[in-house]
Amino acid sequence: MEFNQSLYRKRQIANTVGLTLAMASMVLGLVVLMWILFVLLSKGFAGLDLNILTQDTPAPGTEGGGLRNAIVGSLLMVGFTVLFATPIGVLAGVYLSEYGDRSKTAELTRFITDIMLSAPSIVLGLFVYTLAVATMGGFSGWAGTLALSLIAVPVVVRTTENMLRLVPGSLREAAFALGAPRWKVAVMISLRAARSGVITGLLLAIARISGETAPLLFTALNNQFFSADMTQPMANLPVVIFQFAMSPYDNWVRLAWAGALVITFAVLVLNIVARVYFRDKKGQ
Amino acid sequence: MTTEPVAQTGNALEVRNLDFYYGEFKGLKGINLDIAEKKVTAFIGPSGCGKSTLLRTLNRMYSLYPGQRAEGQINFYGKNILDPKQDLNLLRARIGMVFQKPTPFPMTIYDNIAFGVRLYESLSRSDMDDRVEWALTKAAIWNEVKDKLDQSGLSLSGGQQQRLCIARTVAVKPKVILLDEPTSALDPISTGKVEELINELKTDYTVTIVTHNMQQAARVSDFTAYMYLGEMIEFGQTEQIFMKPNRRETEDYITGRFG
Repeated sequence: MEFNQSLYRKRQIANTVGLTLAMASMVLGLVVLMWILFVLLSKGFAGLDLNILTQDTPAPGTEGGGLRNAIVGSLLMVGFTVLFATPIGVLAGVYLSEYGDRSKTAELTRFITDIMLSAPSIVLGLFVYTLAVATMGGFSGWAGTLALSLIAVPVVVRTTENMLRLVPGSLREAAFALGAPRWKVAVMISLRAARSGVITGLLLAIARISGETAPLLFTALNNQFFSADMTQPMANLPVVIFQFAMSPYDNWVRLAWAGALVITFAVLVLNIVARVYFRDKKGQ
Repeated sequence: MTTEPVAQTGNALEVRNLDFYYGEFKGLKGINLDIAEKKVTAFIGPSGCGKSTLLRTLNRMYSLYPGQRAEGQINFYGKNILDPKQDLNLLRARIGMVFQKPTPFPMTIYDNIAFGVRLYESLSRSDMDDRVEWALTKAAIWNEVKDKLDQSGLSLSGGQQQRLCIARTVAVKPKVILLDEPTSALDPISTGKVEELINELKTDYTVTIVTHNMQQAARVSDFTAYMYLGEMIEFGQTEQIFMKPNRRETEDYITGRFG
């Protein structure tokens, strides 16, 4: 066989060009990410003190204050959203992968889920506003939870389905071959095998809704005072950041940066904890 | 069709005029076969001849997939299991199956065995412990795993995983055990252990094995069926099939002139 020198040279050049482009894209992405983190850290730490956790959002133009009401509000709404969205999303995902498969109902569910996934969150907020806020007489924590659930459920549905599809069919057949009924195969074998992927999907959903501002503007609005009453307007970090960051008061801007740092770290810690937890599980 | 009157004991399964369809494609054509109780029956033949398809009709595994259907009769101790009213879960608990690739469940070794048992029996903790030990001993793997029953089934080697899967099938005490190329993913030593195991199993169970490996069929089986293109070419005692086959096609395949 003749060795084609020029063909080989061409391939080497193409390789160098491709590699350079890939590296450049990576550096660009990393630089932007680092920049964001740097600004967030430097401005966020300046506003961070213990008062953040113990005091509520201050009145305009006053000094001091914290984010206690907003943090508690966010935790409540995100917490309830996870509580509602997890069973609905996981069960729907199990249906799509283990029961519905190619049926008409499953195809329709998938189609709607995809639309919901790509729907702008402000539209979902507006929808909940007309559905729940305008008719039920006012902004409330429940309306905020509903809006966040509409965002979280499709994420959980799709990741659950995708993770279940990665489970080899032979594993299901093996369980069926022992005489296991379909629901037991789905819950005890498929879902168990896909467990860490499904949890990752939940974390993604939590990360996504923790920072959502638009749907909360229309639904939970804000509350200057501490309130754990889900039927009343409720303070939350994204809306507080949105309002405070654009205000002319230095104290508010400082608190907005601190709030942004709190959200970022909360999501980061959640991710790390989940990863460490599942690494231990795998190593058994 | 050359079927010798071979069954000395009763038959666990009797296949009568079985046709099988993958959608439009006819995968099995007019199969007739008796599977003798507490004997090992092997299905051999080239790839795509329908031997695995035939095996998967025996526990109606194909029913999981829409578009696949069987016509004819398969009598399991006299009862036609192709009857639409047949309870499939119950059937599969009585006709167990082991697959080509080891398929340990993502749980502990103990729970891998207990999973199938818990489906149809509620045993006390100590009875379950005994059953797990009994099944693992039957599958000749007890000594290798007795100190790590709480470890994941996935932590075992391929050969151990396959014996775990056999133990799991044995644990539910089925009447018939179907083996679908159980050693094709294993090394020679593990293969030897599984073959020894098959010999032990036939004292209590009816065993049906699909294999690509003719020497394996000759070593482990009492009866052999040679299949080609969805048809049963010849069925008889293994010794007869390998020593003096009645059909030319069988002889060509066995002597390696074909396949």
